[in-house]
Amino acid sequence: MGKVTGFMDFPRVAAENVPPAERVKNYKEFVLHLSDEEAKTQGARCMDCGIPFCNNGCPVNNIIPDWNDLVFQQNWKQAIEVLHSTNNFPEFTGRICPAPCEAACTLNINDDPVGIKSIEHAIIDKAWENNWVLPQPPKNKTGKKIAIVGSGPAGMAAAQQLARVGHDVVVLEKNDRIGGLLRYGIPDFKMEKSHIDRRVTQMEAEGVVFKTNQNVGENVDPEQLIHDYDSVILAGGAEWPRDLPVPGRELDGVHFAMDFLPNQNKIVAGDVIKDQITATGKNVVVIGGGDTGSDCVGTSNRHGAASVYQFELMPQPPEKEIKSLVWPYWPLKMRTSSSHEEGCERDWSVATKSFIGENGKVKELVAARVEWKDGKMQEVPNSEFTMKADLVLLAMGFISPQQTILDKFGIDKDARGNAKAETEGENSYTTSRSKVFAAGDMRRGQSLVVWAIREGRQCARSVDEFLMGSSSLPR
Amino acid sequence: MMRPITPKKQGLYNPSNEHDSCGVGFVANSRGIKSHKIISQGLEILTNLTHRGATGYDPKLGDGAGILIQIPDALFQKEAKLLSIALPGEGEYGIGMLFLPQAEKTRALCESIISKVIAEEEQIELGWRNVPVNNQDIAGAARNVEPVIKQVIIGRGDNTDGQVAFERKLFVIRKRIENLVQALDIDDPASFYVSSMSSRTVVYKGMLLANEVGVFFPDLLDESSQSALALVHQRFSTNTFPSWDLAHPYRMIAHNGEINTVRGNENWINARQEKMKSMLLGEDLEKLWPLITEGQSDSASFDNCLELLVAGGYSLPHAMMMLIPEAWSGNGLMSQERKSFYEYHAAMMEPWDGPAAVAFTDGQMIGATLDRNGLRPARYLMTDDGVVMMASEMGVLKFPEEKIVKKWRLEPGKMLLIDLQAGRIIDDAEVKKLLASAKPYESWINQSRFLLSDLRKPTVKIKLQSALLDIQQAFGFTQEDISFILKPMVSDGQEPSGSMGNDAALPVLSNRPKVLYNYFKQLFAQVTNPPIDPIREELVMSLVTFIGPRPNLLGIEETSPPPRLEASQPILSLEDLEALKNIEQTTKGLFKSNVIDITFEVGRDESYSQAMERALANICNEAKQSVIDGLNIIILSDRLTDNNRQAVPALLACSATHHLLVKAGIRTNTGLVIDTGSAREVHHFALLAGYGAEAVCPWLTYETIRTLSDDFSGAQEKYIKAIGKGFNKVMSKMGISTYQSYCGAQVFEAVGLNQAFIDKYFKGTSTNIEGIGIKEIAEEVNQIHKAAFGLDPTLINALDAGGEYAFRIRGEEHMWNPESIAKLQHATRKNQYDTYKEYAELINNQTKKHKTLRGLFGFKKTKTISIDEVESAKEIVKRFATGAMSLGSISTEAHATLAVAMNRIGGKSNTGEGGEDKKRFIPITKDSSIAEHLGEDIIESNYALLAGDSMRSRIKQVASGRFGVTAEYLSAADQIQIKMAQGAKPGEGGQLPGHKVSPYIAKLRFSVPGVGLISPPPHHDIYSIEDLAQLIHDLKNANPSASISVKLVSETGVGTVAAGVAKAKSDHIVIAGHDGGTGASPLSSIKHAGTPWEIGLAETQQTLVLNQLRGRVILQVDGQMKTGRDVVVGALLGADEFGFATAPLVVEGCIMMRKCHLNTCPVGIATQDPELRKRFNGQPEHVVNFFFFIAEEIREIMASLGMKKFNDLIGRSDLLDMQQGIDHWKIQGLDFSRIFYQPDMGADVSRYNVEKQYHGLDKALDNEIIKKAMPSIEKKESTTFDIPITNTNRTVGTMLSHEIAKRYGNDGLPDNTISVKLEGTAGQSFGAFLAKGITFNLHGEGNDYVGKGLCGGHIIIRPPQHFKGIEEKNIIVGNTVMYGATSGESYFRGIAGERFCVRNSGASAVVEGVGNHGCEYMTGGTVAVLGETGQNFAAGMSGGVAYIYDPEGTFSQSCNPSMVTLEKVAKENVQPKGAKHLNLSDETILKQLIVNHHKYTDSSIAIDILNNWDTAIGNFVKVMPIEYKRALNELHAATIKEVA
Repeated sequence: MGKVTGFMDFPRVAAENVPPAERVKNYKEFVLHLSDEEAKTQGARCMDCGIPFCNNGCPVNNIIPDWNDLVFQQNWKQAIEVLHSTNNFPEFTGRICPAPCEAACTLNINDDPVGIKSIEHAIIDKAWENNWVLPQPPKNKTGKKIAIVGSGPAGMAAAQQLARVGHDVVVLEKNDRIGGLLRYGIPDFKMEKSHIDRRVTQMEAEGVVFKTNQNVGENVDPEQLIHDYDSVILAGGAEWPRDLPVPGRELDGVHFAMDFLPNQNKIVAGDVIKDQITATGKNVVVIGGGDTGSDCVGTSNRHGAASVYQFELMPQPPEKEIKSLVWPYWPLKMRTSSSHEEGCERDWSVATKSFIGENGKVKELVAARVEWKDGKMQEVPNSEFTMKADLVLLAMGFISPQQTILDKFGIDKDARGNAKAETEGENSYTTSRSKVFAAGDMRRGQSLVVWAIREGRQCARSVDEFLMGSSSLPR
Repeated sequence: MMRPITPKKQGLYNPSNEHDSCGVGFVANSRGIKSHKIISQGLEILTNLTHRGATGYDPKLGDGAGILIQIPDALFQKEAKLLSIALPGEGEYGIGMLFLPQAEKTRALCESIISKVIAEEEQIELGWRNVPVNNQDIAGAARNVEPVIKQVIIGRGDNTDGQVAFERKLFVIRKRIENLVQALDIDDPASFYVSSMSSRTVVYKGMLLANEVGVFFPDLLDESSQSALALVHQRFSTNTFPSWDLAHPYRMIAHNGEINTVRGNENWINARQEKMKSMLLGEDLEKLWPLITEGQSDSASFDNCLELLVAGGYSLPHAMMMLIPEAWSGNGLMSQERKSFYEYHAAMMEPWDGPAAVAFTDGQMIGATLDRNGLRPARYLMTDDGVVMMASEMGVLKFPEEKIVKKWRLEPGKMLLIDLQAGRIIDDAEVKKLLASAKPYESWINQSRFLLSDLRKPTVKIKLQSALLDIQQAFGFTQEDISFILKPMVSDGQEPSGSMGNDAALPVLSNRPKVLYNYFKQLFAQVTNPPIDPIREELVMSLVTFIGPRPNLLGIEETSPPPRLEASQPILSLEDLEALKNIEQTTKGLFKSNVIDITFEVGRDESYSQAMERALANICNEAKQSVIDGLNIIILSDRLTDNNRQAVPALLACSATHHLLVKAGIRTNTGLVIDTGSAREVHHFALLAGYGAEAVCPWLTYETIRTLSDDFSGAQEKYIKAIGKGFNKVMSKMGISTYQSYCGAQVFEAVGLNQAFIDKYFKGTSTNIEGIGIKEIAEEVNQIHKAAFGLDPTLINALDAGGEYAFRIRGEEHMWNPESIAKLQHATRKNQYDTYKEYAELINNQTKKHKTLRGLFGFKKTKTISIDEVESAKEIVKRFATGAMSLGSISTEAHATLAVAMNRIGGKSNTGEGGEDKKRFIPITKDSSIAEHLGEDIIESNYALLAGDSMRSRIKQVASGRFGVTAEYLSAADQIQIKMAQGAKPGEGGQLPGHKVSPYIAKLRFSVPGVGLISPPPHHDIYSIEDLAQLIHDLKNANPSASISVKLVSETGVGTVAAGVAKAKSDHIVIAGHDGGTGASPLSSIKHAGTPWEIGLAETQQTLVLNQLRGRVILQVDGQMKTGRDVVVGALLGADEFGFATAPLVVEGCIMMRKCHLNTCPVGIATQDPELRKRFNGQPEHVVNFFFFIAEEIREIMASLGMKKFNDLIGRSDLLDMQQGIDHWKIQGLDFSRIFYQPDMGADVSRYNVEKQYHGLDKALDNEIIKKAMPSIEKKESTTFDIPITNTNRTVGTMLSHEIAKRYGNDGLPDNTISVKLEGTAGQSFGAFLAKGITFNLHGEGNDYVGKGLCGGHIIIRPPQHFKGIEEKNIIVGNTVMYGATSGESYFRGIAGERFCVRNSGASAVVEGVGNHGCEYMTGGTVAVLGETGQNFAAGMSGGVAYIYDPEGTFSQSCNPSMVTLEKVAKENVQPKGAKHLNLSDETILKQLIVNHHKYTDSSIAIDILNNWDTAIGNFVKVMPIEYKRALNELHAATIKEVA
């Protein structure tokens, strides 16, 4: 381990950010990675715990204490090897993961957790800079063919794992670019898209074939896929958004977040978009207090919105959780994202009751305060209020994957409408149809990128075992 | 030997585990004048040693006693006449003292064999005599198995020339008879046994109490019975099974102690069979085999070997020096001549190692010798008319003082010899000089010895067969091996440390393949034999090893001895191994080595195990053939391992080869060296050595080290040094001092290997639960090999994670993991039973992730009852205790939380070894907070206390460091626990690193802040079972209302030890599992010593029930107790009570950081750092919740088992079975039937605690003293009185001190309030824990443990007025005097034994000379020695000052300089300003002590010094601990700063 008393000697220092006023002027990433020296002292804060709770808190089980120590020793090369051994894409998670590992860090019991995410970020950036991230093509080919539906983090992780053990992998993406939610769900200022391109290049060198504009179930026949390939992995997203069926919902200017965010990414990528929904000069109300909502806030500010409000139905969470009752699990607490720092009014326990429009365009929003008792919501009498709203963005989460594709494959669904498959045991990640596997959001519902990577990796092992009888891939 | 009443091996009970220890003594007329008086005196000694023995469930049933005398010719002449036997003159006939079967027919058969053998050996059967016995008063159980006792009288045959040859012949006859009768396999209550058969001596012994011997054998009372010597012995056995033949003396010896290496010694004797030739015995030698009878005691085996050596022509003292050599290799004070003697014989015979005081005689000479450590007491005196008396203690035989000319003690490794024929006493120096100069040993050695270091080759580099990483993986290296094991060794030259217990899966339960080494557990010494302190008492340790052929043991006439190859230690460098390979050239063919490849390829049609067995057979054949061909060094090597060739586990190859060669009797014709990639940690080397390797080269470890350091040779050297240190520790754990006797001693047991496999390859090793065999082992080897060369991407660039030492996601399973810790903490903090149940399910359900044996147990289906009928949780929680975690290892906040919680529920918390703040003894009467009571400055994290709370730990621990053990501390106990061993590191001491010794901790422990504290491995007052009985007695006296508990650790044989402990009057016994926690311990101990409690507890229960002792004691179990289910399993296996340590800590917030030893615990538990302690967040309520959850879960299980009362569960192992449905390739082979076994003892024999021990305090002298001192105790009035004392008055003054401490604490009474003048020889522990205000002034002498734990009292001992000897040249007190004294004064007019003032922390003492190890581990106080000191003075001394009067200027040679400096004592006016000991000048302190000494003892040496003070002061040396000096200076600097 780094320094025995490091956690007492050094405070937590996060990676530096470009100041809000500066960064809203463009769509570039604004989180800078740690300097070598900073990374070293931050690594020294790690206590190399007898039980690394972080390791368990991290869905891909990153071996955090080991690479913290390696960074402390400035052995970056080995650090990336250890990091890559559990995580195919640390440049994604190092940027956009909410870091459940840090919640689980034992220092988080009574101190500031180790800045795990920023160390991860620094390691992978250093690795790319030094050209240490090289293709790892298989020594032997198996001759087995695998189709992966969806090129998000789950599909990409599964594809990379399977290609490296010698299978022929084809990734089918319905959009025009690879990356799924990473590409079009996450704004550039959180993660620039060149990171995806770089990985795609590496994976292509490892033998993965990416095909875009392949909308399975629409322009690609599922049965044909099952017929042509030795196995198929469903690794699409959970893209069916939750709607808000209140009067005025049909008005122009009331949109789903996912009608708003992707277009901006396309523009940043150089595409020309007609009729882009913009927030420029508008009073924007974002409904939904989650990450997607945040992204809408950040993008609206970059558009130059007149004002940005964000409403959340649930009550405001406590500023600090009761650690002794929550740690090492993910706490429910007040979180302020970088987008909030850029300017936004937030309000909680607010239910939107209707939209009022003019000329078919939304102008105002009518909402009321609510109270929560024993898990039930009640409107507070006489609390109704209205406010100006030129653009309303619905970011209330996603219900499930689009049902049509699952239906077209004819596989069983769970109660929440996801593809039904277990994650443990002999038949993990298998659907009710032979040869067909499912992983990521399509199986577990809306979730984090890091969970998608985990499922992609674990599913790859199951597929490899299914095809070869045994597998050397880690779970 | 057949022993019908001793229970057969059953369940986990194995009679071969029996131990004994005892009182021994002799009296002899050195002029050889025979008298009846000598015999009477011998019997008197026996009677007065009675307290060193024990009785079983029947107070009349002793453990055996006996006497050896010269043949009383007059008696036999008289008796022969009556029997019409024509008896020739003295020396012309021999007496065979026989135990014969009760059944007439078999007896006749035995007698006919005897007659036949006598005739065949051409001696004359003169007749038979029925030995008269008086058996009316002996115990029924002893009478049931009483043999018919007869004497056969044998006349010297014509073929036998002289008495020496006749003795030899009688020995041959006896061996033949024994072997022939053994073969008959007689079934009779009484054993056949030959007590003695000699023309010089006869042994009268039996299953008798010591005072019964004379009554039982009327022969001994007959005035015509005359002898010039009487050797007596009183046995203390761990078991209660009567066995007549196990009584001592044997034919030549009586032994007090234990031979720890006996298994190896026996093997090595057998290994020599082919090579042994004797000029004197000639063909008779063949008739002696098997020389050592299977299944007899260690002492009997030793006796057999001694007989062989003597029959082979060695003189008795010569043979004793070979068997029990003194520590010679590192002894700078020993003459070269004597060293050469020892070195020469070292190649012939490995030491019989262990604590031993052996008295020996052949009828012409009598003597005694002590082991190199001096671990058993032996004192002697001589009178002016030539009588010599030696005994374990003084006072056993009274002589008029004016006749006594010398009182002395046997010193470590020394010998006392009386030649009755020559009529004189020969002292150690003389006898050894005589023997050492008898032959030119030095030049013989110079001719024949090759030192491996001289043959060494230049640097060697290995060409690996594959990539290093792959090879490392093939031998099972993990990342932890590099980071936890090798790196610390390479950088610090130290074995790595860790903390907390082992909660990982047992190897046999693990889903991951394990290396074979991991299936073996190190055995360790507890109670019946002491561990050694390998660091502070290093001088006794030796790693010297002989590689290659050994000389003929009986080659006494050898003039050009065969060559011998010697290495200074057994870990070979690459260069050493290369030297061995080329040895034929370098030694001109005297040595020839043969490298045997132990790697193999799996054939196409073979299974893995077939391939491995084939390889093993080939290895063994080749080894045997190569010995036959005259090659004399075998090197088993696995360097050829590659992706096709896997290696037979080196341990397996080693043991198989060793055993095959032993069996063939040719083992000593060759050396056995292991060249393996598998060995990396200490445990691996220890195993290879234990199974016969004379040296080991860890080639792959060296190649690995090459990648860890730029300075390879330096790193290699450090690694070798670290392993060597670790080796010393492992050996000393078992009480073994030399590598030579450790080699082949097999001091291991297996957990999870099946009996068939063990019998085939590791014969003689204990294994209790069956398990895997060669098939699964081959499978594991193959899995590891396959993974090494396979495609697993996680292993392409890196080693396997391991996860043995700490939880790792990809590593071994642990019971404490993120989920279980989180669930337990949340449950107890929220008081939510549901969450607790989720936690319990994680632990209890081991159907998939199996980690513990109990996890595999199932409860049998029985009738259920409603939970309402079950005993309440409130009652059940009273059975719970928290573990012994000292204040020091954990913070005040964490420590007090446990105490408060346990007191709230009526359970018990434990101080641990670190004392306790007396403020905590005061009950809390109002709602308040902890800081209010202990002080704001003491507490960093405050929490609330409620009215009725108490912070007092009900259990007070007494461990070897005796930190803070005072009369007051003991008086505040409800239970006093003697820690004999600790689960995490049995056989080792404790250590509290310096950074954890805060001023507060130092104050409670009477030590110096910032200075690390070490508890020695042994208790210096417990070197055997009767010593433990003594300490139990001491502590019972120190607080008669407290129960006394003894903590043991599970290992094979623990049940037998526990039976002994029960007989030693312990009220309570703890059986700890191997997995218990620790604040700091070597990793190899955490992992590889001790066994799961399931095995040890079951063995203890079974053995105690068999011995009918179970009802007398409370049995507690601990070791990773986590749930109610664990408790129920423990109860079913026999426990009354349950200890928890780690789990309550987790409840307090522990997250298993395993950083306790670093003082960086981030949750404020295992740290003394004030900043970190602020983070402590535990609360008593949480701990209370935990225990009630446990109790609730227990109640649920009890309801499901239909049990209303907890007592009904205890011992019901019939309700357990192996859980169905666990279908696992390794687990399938396990068999728990021995764990579940219940001895068939009838319903009247209790299975749980029902009665109390009888401690005999009503007979104590203190009752009288207390009566007389009552006015002082109650009203503080001065009292003065006289009282006589004798050696059976033990622990005098301690109950009195309790009366004072109970009322006044350590403040006691004003000095001299109670002044007692005593006269006589005091028994052991005179003045133990003597409280302030008491002065004991003894005219006479003291035995061992005078002033133990002295606590403010004053002790003065001077010889009686009529004593003739020169006082300052005679011994006045025994061993281990003032051990753990904390305050008070003592003055001894004469010399003290070994280990004077060990762990003194504040008392002052004046003495006129001390033995070895004086002031060892001292942390405070003042000692003045006005005479010589033994070796190793001041080892580990970190505080206090000693002044040594050293006019000859030789003291520095005796002093261990590692922690002290030697200074001049300056006159007061010139002593430099600055910090001073006790704030006084040295001159003031020293002079005052000597003035007092003179005043109290009339010492002439004191007055001489005082009269010449100005010169004398210059002859004093001041022994100043370096750390103490630093601390004083810091204190001084701080004071100056304050003033300024």
